[in-house]
Amino acid sequence: MDKRVVITGMGIYSCLGKNLDEVRDALYNGVSGIIFDPVRKENGFRSGLTAQIEIPELKNELSRNQRVFMPEQAKYAYVATVEALKNAGLDPDYINDHEIGLLYGNDSSAEPTVKCVDIFREKRDTTRIGSGGIFQSMNSTVTMNLSCIFGLKGINLTVSGACASGSHAIGLGSLLIRHGYQDCVICGGAQEVNPFSVCSFDGINAFSVRENEPAKASRPFDRDRDGLVPGGGAATVILESYESAVKRGAPILAEVIGYGFSGNGEHISNPNVNGPQRSLLMAIKQAGINIREIGYINAHATSTLVGDSNEAKALHLVLGDHKPEVTSTKSQTGHEMWMAGASEVIYSMLMMKGGFIAPNLNFENPDEDSALLNIPSKRIGKHFDIFLSNSFGFGGTNSSLVIRDL
Amino acid sequence: MTKQEIIERTNVALAEEFEKEPSLFNPQENLREALELDSLALVDLVALLESEFGYKIKGPEIIEVKTFGDLYEFLLKKQSDEGHLAS
Repeated sequence: MDKRVVITGMGIYSCLGKNLDEVRDALYNGVSGIIFDPVRKENGFRSGLTAQIEIPELKNELSRNQRVFMPEQAKYAYVATVEALKNAGLDPDYINDHEIGLLYGNDSSAEPTVKCVDIFREKRDTTRIGSGGIFQSMNSTVTMNLSCIFGLKGINLTVSGACASGSHAIGLGSLLIRHGYQDCVICGGAQEVNPFSVCSFDGINAFSVRENEPAKASRPFDRDRDGLVPGGGAATVILESYESAVKRGAPILAEVIGYGFSGNGEHISNPNVNGPQRSLLMAIKQAGINIREIGYINAHATSTLVGDSNEAKALHLVLGDHKPEVTSTKSQTGHEMWMAGASEVIYSMLMMKGGFIAPNLNFENPDEDSALLNIPSKRIGKHFDIFLSNSFGFGGTNSSLVIRDL
Repeated sequence: MTKQEIIERTNVALAEEFEKEPSLFNPQENLREALELDSLALVDLVALLESEFGYKIKGPEIIEVKTFGDLYEFLLKKQSDEGHLAS
């Protein structure tokens, strides 16, 4: 018999704040985390816009021999996970005695890779790269670091699904628990913010160039959007079987009731309508709910022309005449990419628990597709019990999660 | 470079890289224990010394180095053998 999958802890480190309380306040107040970075511009970026994240100083928390293997996104993930474990009441003794899993979304580690190769080229001596290089450069750097730091003994796996990585991590974690393979899985997503990580992305003209108005640059669904703004950080969600959570006396925050996924099988960067539509339908079917029970949708919408339009079309096709509020929190955070699917579950959870929906900033004029949706440009107070979160990625990888309040 | 200069330069570099108090460094002290050098951190020690003094150091050479005193003598001998120091 399938097990119920619940959320017992969350933690976040983003451009909106360094913990859940700060992020909740920023969401409520419609704060933008976007800045103009002149250094990017001076170094040849088409757009100097980025989310602003401070790399955490962990010298007092982790030893030199632990930190030497951690690139920036692993540090973000560490901070987010410490908060999530604390909120879930998972202490080191419990973790040591149980097989806690780890599924974390990450799809690049550019800066360490570049730095290692630079040293190799300049010195022509691989020893000079040092011991941290290999472990910082690998795509699985976040999971290898977190599993060793926290002593995790369950599944230990990085999920690389482009901008749907974090969402797939939660979805796959829920399947492992639902089918009895794990009782508790730490899920999440992490995203590096350094210029090396997004210079090639900037090179395909994907970023907004509204540089004179950083806070207005990320404008999902708005008629005058001109591209996304890169962001990052990390978000951690503790998934657990209902039985395990009850047995531990853990706080039960919500239940993951649906996970849908699909592939587009078409263009490498241009999303379509059918792929997301199938992902949405699969998630809703698995959740076993009436579509009208969905009270809020956190859209993937990144502020790109084609992506936002196609998602609006897919949502309209699935929702019909049901018009729950649809927003993209990327209007505040920029596109948190590998992290986004996890962070947006947390943003939505904070709104569900707080009884509000944060504004879709900069939604001033709809286009013909976004006009089909109910998109609030101002914060609204609303009680809702079920939300849906979409994440889509390059190569046509789609993930949709349905979560119910408990 | 005198032996004292080598000692001082080495200690400053080791203290910064391995985040240890230089007061812990004395010639009789076990290098691996004092700096918490596992097999990976040992790679960083070699990289650090190569960067600091400009010598290519081979794995077997550093394995023979047990104490801080051994390390100072090793670097002094390297200077003597190779006849120069990197800046």
